[in-house]
Amino acid sequence: MSILELTALELGRKIKSGEVAVLEAVKASLDQIRKKEPAIHAYVTVDEQRAVKAAETVQKMIDNKMLTGPLAGVPVAVKDNLCTKDLLTTCSSNILYNFVPGYTAEAVSNLEKAGAVILGKTNMDEFAMGSTTETSAFGVTRNPWNPDHVPGGSSGGSCAAVASNECFYALGSDTGGSIRQPSSFCGVTGIKPTYGTVSRYGLIAYGSSLDQVGPIGKNVSDCAAVLEVISSYDKKDSTSVPRKDLDFTSALVNDVKGLRIGIPRDYLGEGLDDEVRQAVLDGAQTLKERGAVVEEFDLSLVEYAIPAYYVIASAEASSNLSRFDGVKYGLRAKEYEGLHQMYKKSRSEGFGPEVKRRIMLGAFVLSSGYYDAYYLKALRTKALIKQAFDKAFAEYDVILGPAAPTTAPRLGESLKDPLKMYLGDIYTISVNLAGLPAMTVPCGTDKRGLPIGLQLIGDCFQEKKIIRAGYTFEQTREGK
Amino acid sequence: MANMISEEIIDYVGILAKLELSQAEKEEAKKDMGRMLDYIDKLNELDTSSTEPMSHIFSMNNVFREDIVTNGDNRDDILKNAPEQKEGAFKVPKTVE
Repeated sequence: MSILELTALELGRKIKSGEVAVLEAVKASLDQIRKKEPAIHAYVTVDEQRAVKAAETVQKMIDNKMLTGPLAGVPVAVKDNLCTKDLLTTCSSNILYNFVPGYTAEAVSNLEKAGAVILGKTNMDEFAMGSTTETSAFGVTRNPWNPDHVPGGSSGGSCAAVASNECFYALGSDTGGSIRQPSSFCGVTGIKPTYGTVSRYGLIAYGSSLDQVGPIGKNVSDCAAVLEVISSYDKKDSTSVPRKDLDFTSALVNDVKGLRIGIPRDYLGEGLDDEVRQAVLDGAQTLKERGAVVEEFDLSLVEYAIPAYYVIASAEASSNLSRFDGVKYGLRAKEYEGLHQMYKKSRSEGFGPEVKRRIMLGAFVLSSGYYDAYYLKALRTKALIKQAFDKAFAEYDVILGPAAPTTAPRLGESLKDPLKMYLGDIYTISVNLAGLPAMTVPCGTDKRGLPIGLQLIGDCFQEKKIIRAGYTFEQTREGK
Repeated sequence: MANMISEEIIDYVGILAKLELSQAEKEEAKKDMGRMLDYIDKLNELDTSSTEPMSHIFSMNNVFREDIVTNGDNRDDILKNAPEQKEGAFKVPKTVE
């Protein structure tokens, strides 16, 4: 078996025992990248020299027993909206085409301390705004299962890199489903943790009240191990939450006896592809056979999550993206008259159409005269959505449903109709509004061979319940 | 389309968002924004008169700390990314006559 087929934890064990050298693993990944990138384009930047150098340093530290963690020496890919010191970080936008950060995001820094070797930065929708990775300024990423289809988004590069063995695991970010939906489309596992669990320091902000960094891997165990490493209380992120229950791998228990699982009827209705529905219900049946109590229930308010999300996320984006003005970093227009026109021209040349669309919508809903009707209305809706989840979690430990209504669409189909593309986020978006943890686990393929993902949602701080359910599901299916 | 976005509104949004739009982009933006607002108006079906706006999921307290510098002097690193710089500062077009 090739090294590339190992999971991150399996590779970590072989590195620890001396059976595989770190450099050997890094070189295997770099060879695979060279082989696959012309067809997939999962990466914006690959830094071979940096990876080889890091491999040598990490190997020495493993040999000296200075690094003993389960991920030491394992190569990783990082989404290009996470700052990496001295390594190009573009957010897949022309406005940051040459930005080399002077510091590293806390989540990445936690990984590096645990001995991770960074291979490069992965492609994404520009500023994480999109569901297909097609809004990247540096070209589309293709789905490793079928190159005519999108990998999903916005963490499409990270998910495609994991699915094509171009890394052993990856980091992504999730504002409205950007880890869970591409994980579903690429047949990999991804976790969006409870808001505040992973520091947002160094994550280039899109919708600050919704953004969370999370792991993408080949299975639930890898994701739990990575989440355990990247989670930390960080004073540099004012919304970081101090938690004492970050030992997520302790939840890798193959048993769901008595676990109460609710399936929202609202997640199985109109718009859901029949094959996806069947695969998800089969997944629920698997957990039921293992002793979980599975019921359908009415979650309510599901159709209001998307409009509320686009108001809130766009409003926050219009504020967050005001920092890109051609002064401190990135693109500055070549010709302009005066400061004000320099701002306008730099931004107009630097941002793509989807980013402009959301910045304008955000500026509008925050403007005087419309603020109450749109922005405050959306925040009130958010409160109602949170209440609906609170009610559901009084009855259930885990909410189960699809991650997306369909499997991966064909390239070029989605951007023609942005509103329709937004509707594809219906099962993921409310989770961000309510700050909940959620995970996608592969649960089958459609008749065209495209992967389907099962979404497991937990109450705030209850990652362990979804990890246990996901792990049990995965182990049971592997055994079948 | 219920929400008709006027030329004035698009111009105003352009000023707020600091974006310079061509006439074609403006027409596109009017259409896009009108459609999005029609869709967002769905929220008006909900009675939220007795619901407070929720900005944070968890109760947030301001985090206080002593005003002590903890990061080193990384001025040169930061300026490396500046499109233009002069004498250790960001250089911008003249703004004061």
